[in-house]
Amino acid sequence: MEHILTPKVEEVKLLDRYTAKKPAIGTLYLTATHLIFVETSCNTRKETWMLHHLIATVEKLPLTAMGCPLHISCKNFHVAHFVISSERDCQNVHQSLVRLSQPVEELYAFLYNPKQDEDERRNGWGFIDSAMDFKRMGLPNEFWEMTDLNKNYELCSTYHSELGIPKTASKGTVFGSAKFRSRGRIPTLSYYHKESNAAICRCSQPLSGLSARCVEDEEMLQAISRANPKSTFMYVVDTRPKLNAMANRAAGKGYENEDNYSNICFQFVGIENIHVMRNSLQKLLEVCAMKSPTMSDYLTGLENSGWLRHIKAVMDAGVFLAKAVAEDKASVLVHCSDGWDRTAQVCSLASILLDPFYRTIKGLMVLIEKEWISMGHKFTQRCGHVDGDPKEVSPVFTQFIECLWNLMEQYPCGFEYNEKYLLEIHNHVYSCQFGNFIGNCQREREEMRHLISFSLVYFFQTFEIVFNLIEYQLHYLFDRFWCGMYNHFDKGMQPKQSILDHLLTITQKKAEGEKKMTDLQILAVMDGVLADQGSPTGTPPEQTSLSPVSVSHTAENAKPLMNGAAVEEAEIELVPTAGSEKMEPVAIEN
Amino acid sequence: MEFSEHIKTANVEDVVLRRPFHPPMQGTLCVTGHHLLFSNRDGDSSRLVLLLLRNIDAIEKRPSVSSGTITLKCKDLCVLQLDIPGMEECLNIARSIEYLSSLDIVSDMYPFFYRPLKLSLQDQWGLSSPEQNYAQMEELQDRWRLSHVNKDYSVCPSYPPAVIVPHSIDDETLVKVAKFRQGGRFPVLCYYHRKNGMVIMRSSQPLTGANRKRCREDELLLQAVIDGSGLGYIIDTRSNQQAQQARMTGGGFESKSSYSCWKRLHRQLERGKVLQESLIKLVEACGDHSHSVDRWLSKLENSKWLSHVHTALATAGLLAECVERDGHSVLVHGSEGTDATLLVSSLAQLILDPNTRTLDGFLGLLEREWLLAGHPFQHRCAHSAYSHARLRLEAPVFVLLLDCVWQLARQFPLAMGFSEPLLLRLAREVYASDYGTFLCNSDQERCAAGVKERTHCLFQFLLKPSEREHYSNPLYEPTELAIWPSIQPQSLQLWRGLFLRWTQHAVHLEKAQEELRNLVIECRGAS
Repeated sequence: MEHILTPKVEEVKLLDRYTAKKPAIGTLYLTATHLIFVETSCNTRKETWMLHHLIATVEKLPLTAMGCPLHISCKNFHVAHFVISSERDCQNVHQSLVRLSQPVEELYAFLYNPKQDEDERRNGWGFIDSAMDFKRMGLPNEFWEMTDLNKNYELCSTYHSELGIPKTASKGTVFGSAKFRSRGRIPTLSYYHKESNAAICRCSQPLSGLSARCVEDEEMLQAISRANPKSTFMYVVDTRPKLNAMANRAAGKGYENEDNYSNICFQFVGIENIHVMRNSLQKLLEVCAMKSPTMSDYLTGLENSGWLRHIKAVMDAGVFLAKAVAEDKASVLVHCSDGWDRTAQVCSLASILLDPFYRTIKGLMVLIEKEWISMGHKFTQRCGHVDGDPKEVSPVFTQFIECLWNLMEQYPCGFEYNEKYLLEIHNHVYSCQFGNFIGNCQREREEMRHLISFSLVYFFQTFEIVFNLIEYQLHYLFDRFWCGMYNHFDKGMQPKQSILDHLLTITQKKAEGEKKMTDLQILAVMDGVLADQGSPTGTPPEQTSLSPVSVSHTAENAKPLMNGAAVEEAEIELVPTAGSEKMEPVAIEN
Repeated sequence: MEFSEHIKTANVEDVVLRRPFHPPMQGTLCVTGHHLLFSNRDGDSSRLVLLLLRNIDAIEKRPSVSSGTITLKCKDLCVLQLDIPGMEECLNIARSIEYLSSLDIVSDMYPFFYRPLKLSLQDQWGLSSPEQNYAQMEELQDRWRLSHVNKDYSVCPSYPPAVIVPHSIDDETLVKVAKFRQGGRFPVLCYYHRKNGMVIMRSSQPLTGANRKRCREDELLLQAVIDGSGLGYIIDTRSNQQAQQARMTGGGFESKSSYSCWKRLHRQLERGKVLQESLIKLVEACGDHSHSVDRWLSKLENSKWLSHVHTALATAGLLAECVERDGHSVLVHGSEGTDATLLVSSLAQLILDPNTRTLDGFLGLLEREWLLAGHPFQHRCAHSAYSHARLRLEAPVFVLLLDCVWQLARQFPLAMGFSEPLLLRLAREVYASDYGTFLCNSDQERCAAGVKERTHCLFQFLLKPSEREHYSNPLYEPTELAIWPSIQPQSLQLWRGLFLRWTQHAVHLEKAQEELRNLVIECRGAS
C-alpha cells in the first residue's frame, strides 16, 4: 500500500487514558486495514487492533520528554494515547493514518473476506427479508396491501421498493401525496399491530408551508385512518420541537394543520435535530476524556451535555407511539423533517416495545433492516464512512442502540440478546466490515448472517417472552451513563467480572455435560446396558445457534434421564468431570 | 410502661391504605404498642399489612371536617398514606404514632417484645467474640496479644472488653495511651494481612491540643506496630486543615517530629450533619416525580451523595494499596474514630480479605468493625431522611457503607458471597428492627440493657438455612485476590435498589435475579 510510510515502529508506549499507571511498551504495525499494537513489556502477548476505518481523529501533539504523543480516537469510542520516541516516525504514522482512515473508494467491506464461498455469501444476503416481516404481521389483509409502485424508485428514491399502504389508497392518492411530502417520502406502513388493527406509519414532513394543502395527502391520511375502523381518530406525531417545525413552514415545509385533515390528533414530541445531537455527543465525550474528575465535575458535565435528556426524549416518543397503538388502539403517523433519523428511532423503539419478536436476535436484525436500511437512513453520511460533510454526521443510530440498552437494563429477561450484541451491531455499523450499513438504502445483508452464526455469545440466557407490551415506566429517571459503550475499551472502568460471561461459561459447561451424558447413554444402549427408549432423549443442543427453545428442551429432556439406573452410573462417572472442562471424549471411549 | 395510655383510638374501620405499587386497599386499622396493623377482608381472602412504628420517620396529618389523611414517611424510604374517617380518630391515631414511633428507652423497644416461635432466647447472641477472633488468627499471635484491659469498659467505654494490641505493650501502657486518645480509643488491631504480615490499626485522634502535647506511651505503641518494618502510614479521614483546627479543641494529629516513622495522609471524608443532609437531599430528589432528566442529574449532583461514595471508596482503596502493594502497616483515624474510620477500615478489608466477602464473613466484619468497635447506631440512626425533627447526632454512615459495598459488588458480581437483598435488609434493619442487634451505641450499653439476653440477634437469624439461601449470591466464585474497585465516576452508580425502590418499579429486575438464581442452580445441578 502506497499510503503506509512506516509499516512498523518499535518501542512505542501506550498510555492509560485515566490513571498514571506505567505505560505499556510494544511495537506498532500498520497494515492495509488495521493499526496493530503488540505489547512486548508483558509476558503474555497482548494485542490492540484498530481498524483504520473506525478512526475518527488522529492527532499529533508537540514533542515531550517521553517522545512524540499521538492521540487516536475511534468512532466506536476506542481512544488510544501512543507515545512514539522518534518524531519522524510519529509524523509518518500520523500521515499514513490520516490517509488510511479516510478512504475514497476502498471500503473495508470490499476487502474483507471471511473465507466464504460465493454461495454462502449470497445466502447471507437472503437471510433477512423485510417483506417477510410484513407477512408475519399479517399483511396483506383486508385493510393493508404491499405495493410495488416504487419498484423503479420513481415514487421515492430513498424508500424500499415494496411499501405497505392502505388498500383504499388509489394510485393517484399515493402519487399525489408523494408530491406533497418532502423528498417524496409518502406515509407508509412501519408496523401493523394485529391485536388492535392499529398501525404505525411513517413519512416526511408535508410541504404545507404557510397555507398550502394537498387533497391527495389528506386522502392518504384518511385512508390510513379508515384502515383502523374501530378508532375514530388517528395521531399525527411530529418528532421535532415545535419551534423547529414552525421554522420549516417559512421554507415551504412544515406540519399538518389539524383543520385540513379530518379526525387527526396532532402532537409534537420535541426531539432535537442531528446537529444538537452531534454536539451533545461531543460534550459527552469530553466528559469521558476528563482525566480524574470529581464526582461533581462528572455529574455536572453529564448534565450539561444533555445526552441523557435526548435519550429520554427519544424513549418517551417511542413509548407514546406504543401506548397509542396498544392502549388507545389508534393508528399513528410519525414524521420529522425527512423522516429518516428521528422517525427511524421512534418507530423502531415502538416496535420493540410492542412486539416481542424484535426482542429476539433475528428480530432486531429484521427491524434494523426494515426501519433503517430499507427506509433510507443515511448510514454513509451519519456515520461518516467516507470523507464528507461533517455536518451530516450524527449519532442517530447510537442513540437508538442506547435507548435499547436502557430498556434492557430495566427488563433484563425481556430480550434474547444482550449488551454484547448491541455493541457488536454498533461496532459494525461504523466499521464497514460488512456491506449492510454502506450506502443509503437497502442493498446487502451479510453481517446479519455473520452475527447469527455467533449468536451463542449474544444470547441472554434467561430470556423468555413474557410481556407483549413492555410496560414502560414514564417516570423512569435516567442517570446511567453507558460505560459499556463509551468506555468499552478502557478495561478497568467496567465491572471487573461479567455476569454474562459467567452465565455463558456455566451454561456451556452444562450443555457439554449433557452432551456427554447423551453420548454415554448411546454407548450404554450399544452395550446393551440400557434399553433403547426409541424416543430421542437429550438431543445435544446445537452449538451454532442456540435458541432459547432448545435450551429449555434439553433441560427437560435431560431430566427423565436422571431416573434411570444405568444413568445413575453415568452420573457417577460424570461427577469427576464437573468443573474440569478437559475431560473430553477420551474418557467416554474407554 | 403502659403503651395503652398513649392509644386513645385503637381501632378504626373503613380506612383506606395507599402504598407504592399497590392499588388502594380498604380495611381496618389497628394501633398496638409497636405496630400499625392494617387488615382487609375481601370476600374470603384477608390481607394483613404490618408496619413497625419504629420505622416511621415522619408523619403528616391533614384533618378535615369528617375525616383525615395521614401520610407516613418511613425510614426505609417508603411513603404510605392512610385515609381515616372521623377527624377525632385521625388525630388520635396520629398522636399515638407520633409518640410510639419515637420511644427513647431502649427496653421499651420492640426487640424486647419480639418472640417468634422459631427462635429461642437461649440461642447464641452474636457470631463471634474477640477471643474467638484472636484464637483463629494463629499467625499473628507471636507479635500480637489479646488484652483484657478494658474488661469492665473503664479504659474505653466504646470498645469491647478485649482488643488486640502489640505483644510488647502492657496493659499499664494501654491505660496511659487511652488517656491520650479521644474517648479512650487507643490504637488497636483490626486487620492482619496474611500475605505480608502488615496490619490495619484504628483509633481516635490523639489529644495533642494547642500546645502539642506528647505521649511517650502512644509513640511507643505505634513504634511497636511497625517494629522493624521501617515505615507506617496514618490515614487521617480529615483534611489537613480540619486536623490542624482540631488542636484548638484539644484534639490533634500525630506530628512528624514525634512520630518520625509514620507518614500522614489526609483524606477528607464527610461525617455527621453534612452526611445526613446529603441523604435528605438525595431522598428528596428521588421522590420528586415532576422533574426532567436535567434537573434530576443536577439534584443528584447537588445532594453530593455519590461524591461521598466516591471518596469513601477512594480512601479505602488507598488504605488497601498501602497494605497490599506498598507493604506498610496503616493506622486510620479521624476525630472520634467511630464513623469514617470504621467505614474506611471495613471497606479496605473487603477489598483485601476474601474471608470477609462470604455471607458469614461479611456479617462477622460488621459485628467486629461496627457493633463491637462502637459505632453509635442508636444516635446515628435515630432518624432517617424524612424526619422534621432537629438534627442531633444522626448520620447515615452505615448506609454509606452499604452503598459502597453495593458498588463493590456491582463491579465484582462474582466475588461476594452475599447479595443485594442482604444489603437492602441491613439498610432497613439498622433503622427499625425486630432484632436487638443494632440497638444502643456500644457493647457496654448493650450489655447493660440486657440486649443479649432479652432480644434476638439479627445476624444469627440471617444465617439460618431458611434465610441463607435468599441472601447469598448464586454467582459467588471465591477468589483469593484483592478486588480493586474502579473509582472513576463513570464506574459508580446511584444505588437504585435502595433509593428508588419505592418510586421505580423493580419487579422485572427482581424476576431477573430469580431467573438467574434458578439458571445457576440448574446448571450446577447438571454439571
